[in-house]
Amino acid sequence: MSAERTARRVLIVGATSAIAMEVGRAYAERGASLFLAGRSPERLDAVAADLRVRGAAPVETMVLDVLARDQHADLVDRAFAAGELDAALLAHGVLPDQARCQERPEEAVRALEVNFTATVALLTLLANRFEAQRRGTIAVIASVAGDRGRQSNYVYGASKGGLHVFMQGLRNRLHHSGVSVLTLKPGFVDTPMTAGMPSNPLFASSRRAGRAIFRAIEARRDVAYIPWFWRPIMALITSLPEFVFKRLRL
Amino acid sequence: MEAIPARPRGSWGRYPRLRPTRVVRAMWRDEAPALADLPGPLLAYGCGRSYGDSCLNQDGVLIDTTGLDRLMAFGDDGLLRCEAGVTLAQLLEIVVPRGWFLPVLPGTRWVTVGGAIANDIHGKNHHRAGTFGAHVARFELLRSSGERLVCSPETHRELFEATIGGLGLTGLILWAEIRLHRVASAGIDVERIRFAGLNEFLAIAADDPRHEYTVAWVDCLARGRRLGRGIYLRGSHASRVVTQGSPVRGPRLRIPFDAPNGLLNRVTLSAFNAVQYHRAVRKRATSTVAYEPFFFPLDGIGEWNRLYGARGFLQYQCVVPEEADGGAIRAILARVSGSGETAGLGVLKRFGSAASPGLLSFPRPGLTLAIDFAFRGRRTLDLLDELDRLVRDAGGAVYPAKDARMSPESFRAFFPAWRRFANQVDPKFSSSFWRRVHER
Repeated sequence: MSAERTARRVLIVGATSAIAMEVGRAYAERGASLFLAGRSPERLDAVAADLRVRGAAPVETMVLDVLARDQHADLVDRAFAAGELDAALLAHGVLPDQARCQERPEEAVRALEVNFTATVALLTLLANRFEAQRRGTIAVIASVAGDRGRQSNYVYGASKGGLHVFMQGLRNRLHHSGVSVLTLKPGFVDTPMTAGMPSNPLFASSRRAGRAIFRAIEARRDVAYIPWFWRPIMALITSLPEFVFKRLRL
Repeated sequence: MEAIPARPRGSWGRYPRLRPTRVVRAMWRDEAPALADLPGPLLAYGCGRSYGDSCLNQDGVLIDTTGLDRLMAFGDDGLLRCEAGVTLAQLLEIVVPRGWFLPVLPGTRWVTVGGAIANDIHGKNHHRAGTFGAHVARFELLRSSGERLVCSPETHRELFEATIGGLGLTGLILWAEIRLHRVASAGIDVERIRFAGLNEFLAIAADDPRHEYTVAWVDCLARGRRLGRGIYLRGSHASRVVTQGSPVRGPRLRIPFDAPNGLLNRVTLSAFNAVQYHRAVRKRATSTVAYEPFFFPLDGIGEWNRLYGARGFLQYQCVVPEEADGGAIRAILARVSGSGETAGLGVLKRFGSAASPGLLSFPRPGLTLAIDFAFRGRRTLDLLDELDRLVRDAGGAVYPAKDARMSPESFRAFFPAWRRFANQVDPKFSSSFWRRVHER
């Protein structure tokens, strides 16, 4: 990857998530200009300062709750105000508690709204901009959980699986305009989101995940498992016939 | 502050093995963790590179600080402000390519800034630069009362002095500001000199002020005529550019499992030491090397602590006032080499006279010796108790960051300011070390 080919202007939504921060650092080290959106102004400031010290210039921020859909247009306008974007990464998301989702429909609906509905709304605006500029990469953090529904987290899985299908169609559409559309599928990453899970050897650090995402964006990949070893694991899991799979406790 | 399950968080020597009841993670400095609501006692935990029990908190709560890993500001004046969980490895990666260097580097880059302050770490340039704490301009301390205090030599001075070298007992360090210095090159011109014994070591050490970095490796198993033989390493930043700080890579080699307990024994270590000693074929050799292998020779082997087997090991580091013939250091080396214990790597250095602000700071003028001992139960502990007596009689001290067994009496003798220090300890903070040497 030569320096000239590295993305120069990047939008990151959900920029204060542990993984997104590491992606931001990979770009900051290469002197990219960053536009960061996130919910908490204090966290945004902390991340922006970190990325500035690491070499990003300029770094702009916007406080945004992705559920406030009336602000999406403003976000996109501001992100594109200084010119074309080389890449946009949507990294916001929640991991709902499956048991609570089963008791309270509003829990499940909220997770779907953050992970799926809001993302689709943002993607719709971004897709038109990227289509018009006829270049760049749109990347979304989905999950290996979207490859197959499991009893332990199928609401989360459905929200991410829905993104997977939406992104397939978007990729097909934007391919003809030279825009690459990347679906990222992380497995277990050691972040605050997964803090409640017991640790296991498949956990990757957020730094490793962030660097892998950076490389996938720069390589204009279509789908990337993060880290790579989840591809064969998920191939195995998705190949099990349903009559077998439904008997498992996963 | 997020709760995470109690994954095993040990210390580097893997002795003793003490588990906290909970580990919580500090992620954002602006969202003050509610320390008062946590079931105490509390202790910050970074990379877990302290050797003994000073970073352990049995039946207490560890606050994992590695999520506080953001840089905050870095000016042209070399003042760098960052959160407490940033590792020195991360800092080097950022500052070295810009022509800056950290004021003090220990033997591994995998320590956090908070840990570097809490242990008031020292390095190969102690004779010139003093300890890490001497280069700390200020830091913010979160007390269990919820107070956030920016401590410096001007404000909250008592807490500033208690926190530097204060083993994490005065509260949670959220961020710190440290003074870096400019270097022409990150490469080091190294000179390697073989010395046959302590007297020769002392003669070479007399030349220390002319070199930025000095340290000696000493063969702790050599006896009699060969007692105190070793290799002296000294160097200064090269005047020409050797390497532009490469990205930090993980270790090339990793120890994947615990070695059998007897792997490192007197026979294998004697052989290893003899090879090391004689490998320096010529009496004196010079070369220019990248800073990483010079400062962090063992970082190339991931989890090297597993080489000592599942029982773990103890590192014993003491400092004693210098005497013409090596004094107490000679007695200690003689005692160790004649003990039958498995003593591995020995590191010998002359500390300088620069004073640290830290009340509990370990370095002081004199000779410091660090030795690894495979843990073999009572006999190992008995030997170290004996060494403690030698150190106490000589008016020296033992390094708490590496300790797992010193007595309360020894602690008070080594750190006469302990009472002033204890007054500054946060009532909700404690560690297995502190309960062992103080509260019992």
